[in-house]
Amino acid sequence: MLSVEGLEARYGGARVLNGVTLDLRRGEVHAVLGRNGMGKTTLVRAVMGLSSPLVTAGEARLGDARLTGLPPHRVARLGVALVPQGRRLFPSLSVTEHLTLLKPAGARTGWTMERVFAAFPRLAERRKHRGGQLSGGERQMLAVGRALMADPTFLLMDEPSEGLAPVMVRALETVVAQLRAEGLGILLVEQNLYSALAVADRVSVLETGRVVHAASAAAVASDPGALTRFLGVH
Amino acid sequence: MLGFQLLNGFTFAALLFVVASGFTLIFGLLRIVNLSHGALYLLGGYVALAVSGWTGQFAAGVLAAMAAVALAGLALDQGLLRFVRGYELRQVLLTVGVAFVLNDLALVVWGGDTFTVPTPEALTGATEVLGVFYPTFRLFVLAAGALVFMLLSLLIHRTRLGALIRAGVDDAEMVAATGIDIRRVFLGTFMLGSALAGLGGALGGAFLSLYPGADAEILVFSLAVVIIGGRGSLLGAALGALLIGLLNTFGQVWFPELAYFVVFGPMALLLAFRPFGLFGRPA
Repeated sequence: MLSVEGLEARYGGARVLNGVTLDLRRGEVHAVLGRNGMGKTTLVRAVMGLSSPLVTAGEARLGDARLTGLPPHRVARLGVALVPQGRRLFPSLSVTEHLTLLKPAGARTGWTMERVFAAFPRLAERRKHRGGQLSGGERQMLAVGRALMADPTFLLMDEPSEGLAPVMVRALETVVAQLRAEGLGILLVEQNLYSALAVADRVSVLETGRVVHAASAAAVASDPGALTRFLGVH
Repeated sequence: MLGFQLLNGFTFAALLFVVASGFTLIFGLLRIVNLSHGALYLLGGYVALAVSGWTGQFAAGVLAAMAAVALAGLALDQGLLRFVRGYELRQVLLTVGVAFVLNDLALVVWGGDTFTVPTPEALTGATEVLGVFYPTFRLFVLAAGALVFMLLSLLIHRTRLGALIRAGVDDAEMVAATGIDIRRVFLGTFMLGSALAGLGGALGGAFLSLYPGADAEILVFSLAVVIIGGRGSLLGAALGALLIGLLNTFGQVWFPELAYFVVFGPMALLLAFRPFGLFGRPA
């Protein structure tokens, strides 16, 4: 289980996380919702161990291992992978290079390039293309594929539906559901409430850096008013 | 006469490329404007001078220069620069300080005289090209520059380490988040870039000669090459080196009073329209 306990973090003088506590089990999708600036991306960055924000209190743990304080590559090797906001592909690398960056060819177990191509056939057609030459949907698929090549047990997805056409959002939901069925735990950070609800098992709402509402997706579905109050959507 | 000046331009460009390629690798990946790169060049030159003097072998001097300067790079990175990671201004000031210290040390050890690294028998004399008799060693430097360009291109574009370096130039944080210890890639690149400064020093020590202050001259030219080419771009460094090499040579011949303007005027003009250089991208 990936657990976050009382996590506080700041960017310079600005405190963004004020004691976030939540957990993520294998084989579930936990959606983290919230308006812009409520700390969703900061939470993901802090769990991943990226150099900013500065974590000032609390911790993220993976089972018995403390993640907080580890450099990002150690967090990744323990089984936490990131699909960052805005994809952040490498513009000068081909599709193939994105997928072989971590592991040299022939030294792979679990996820292989072939398996990623089987999951995302569009990427196979574009294997020689550079990250910058792909469409929005293809970029997101490659960002997911790149994360999977680390053989994660937990996947942090930061606004994956942002900027995608509705048909691509549906395709992404299918992928998320498949990965969950394979036993991955997925932390799905979203502004898109409806996309998140389509795949989530649990929902937490972040507001000014803390969890103000947590519920099962089933409970949200039966009383959507409770959630929309926090998110300010109708 | 034109052929002779062209060759002067091309051979100087080749030397500049060797030095600037190391500079751009470090600048591109680590975002460090390593202002001690010129001092590392001069150190490489002096090491080549000493070792080729002892052994009588130019090749031994070149290899020793590369190894010694790579180790100096290791010490610089691990001993000093890692404490100011992410603080660009502190890195710049630190490397300026290192350049001063290395310069003073060189002055203590080698004094203020001008030295030339002795070249092997086979590379002395002149060879006829383009209808002129041209110093063979300078042609060797031209070939060495072309070889370094080819080998670095293969490394950067055809190997996994090269893909890691390119990915790091694009987005080092994402490389780390993918599970790669980017600090090791940084260190390896810093040592490679330093070794290239050492190689440049060994070649330049025979081509231009070594004296206190030679480091600042080569540094300013390298800086111009990298700024013109764009941070981290090998092809940019090659084109920038050609441009600077040719402008410098013909500037000195045609407008000797304006030699620096001929080099840095076009650079300023280019930057006005392409602020990230020919092949650079915003950070």
